[in-house]
Amino acid sequence: MNAFKVMLAKDLRVELRTLQSLPAMALFAVTTFVIFRFGLDRTSLEGSLAAGVLLVTVLFAALLAINRLFVAERDEGGFDAIRLAPVDPSSLYLAKVAALVVYLLALEAVALPVFAVFFLDGAEGMAPLAGILLLLDLGLAATGALVSTIGANSRARDLLTPLVLLPLLVPLMIAAAGAAEPLLAAGGPAYDEVGKWAGTLALYDLTFLLVGYAVYDFLLED
Amino acid sequence: MEVPAGRCWENRGVPETTAVETESGSDRAQQPAAPEAVVATHALRRDFADEPVLRDVTLSLDAGETLAVLGPNGAGKSTLLRILATLLRPSGGEVRVLGAELPRMAWQARGRIGYLGHDPMLYRDLTLAEALRFHARLHRVADVDARIAELLAEVGLGRRADQLVRTLSAGQLQRAAVCRCVLHEPELLLLDEPGAHLDPAGLATVSALIGPEAPAARVLVTHDVETALAEGQRALALRADGIPAYEGPAAGLAPSDALTIYGGRV
Repeated sequence: MNAFKVMLAKDLRVELRTLQSLPAMALFAVTTFVIFRFGLDRTSLEGSLAAGVLLVTVLFAALLAINRLFVAERDEGGFDAIRLAPVDPSSLYLAKVAALVVYLLALEAVALPVFAVFFLDGAEGMAPLAGILLLLDLGLAATGALVSTIGANSRARDLLTPLVLLPLLVPLMIAAAGAAEPLLAAGGPAYDEVGKWAGTLALYDLTFLLVGYAVYDFLLED
Repeated sequence: MEVPAGRCWENRGVPETTAVETESGSDRAQQPAAPEAVVATHALRRDFADEPVLRDVTLSLDAGETLAVLGPNGAGKSTLLRILATLLRPSGGEVRVLGAELPRMAWQARGRIGYLGHDPMLYRDLTLAEALRFHARLHRVADVDARIAELLAEVGLGRRADQLVRTLSAGQLQRAAVCRCVLHEPELLLLDEPGAHLDPAGLATVSALIGPEAPAARVLVTHDVETALAEGQRALALRADGIPAYEGPAAGLAPSDALTIYGGRV
């Protein structure tokens, strides 16, 4: 727990100081909403289209952070430093997942109001939608941190991470879209099948967190 | 000029105190318990993509001793250090560091090794004090701030504690890396060109921490042959193909002989 806290605090401190990921993610999300607004030529979205616009934007904004997640560890000897210390290497994985979740929550604190202003007629479904986004963030972070570690040690890391990650995220995105669609339905949120999809999201999150925690030790070995 | 044949492969036998000893338990019980070697390897091999980089390295280092590792570029010196630091897996042979068989028991040695490699391993967007605090907390160092202040003062970086690591000069960075290396008072120091980027004054400031008087066994990789042989009790000379040309007491290897492993390029 000590190592987890130390690594998470380091990541958050560096991000607050350098702002390398968060502003880029927020700017990307807002720009994407503008493009959708004029590209679709719609001032109002609902149902599956609204869910798709929101979730795809969050997904690709998350990729920006995932690609940068281990840059410091790779370029500044962080991987070696952690392997030299008497700590469980899985602490690094959990710290990176937590850092990524914090980044995504910060992103959504900016992106969700902008999305609502651009595309929604009301804000009734926002509270349950925030819960679904939290489950989505956890899945993105659990899978992203795992794949990003593999990519960090590869020469083709810029290609490898999205190419491996996106197929793995398909079930997560299907479940998130299934849960978000009724919450963004025309005429106000409905809760049909939201529970089922939220359960699927939670199961996905748990599976990848457990897999990541179990295999991370081996990923850090040479 | 060839390394004198009589000295080559001297003391290549595995020390009696290492993991590869074969004596029975009852035989061992009759002998006084000898202190276990801090580092012991037997027929160590490391390949990169099926290309051997280190071959048949057998060595031993006891507590308080310094092993000088010499050899031309590409001879596998840094690779050897990374294996001993538990950062690389050996491709073959046996390795014991601080009583832990590598790579299986690497976790037993981690936290007891101070590794100074080519990379300072300090996050560039943290201040010097923050970067060292990060390592100190991972190593559960007691009284972190006092220890960092003490080390920074010793290497002449006391006034740089709040400066971002990225703004330090190469020499200052090397001194900071020395602090990082000894923060947790390791039992074994693995030093890869510790004098890199340091001027004579800088070398003097780090000497008490990682020099001959340091309170730890040392494996010292350097191209400064005379200093290495003067400081070391043991010596390992690697040829360009990663095969040891000499392993034994440092006193048994003359600097002029050691220079021959560089193939006349010195």
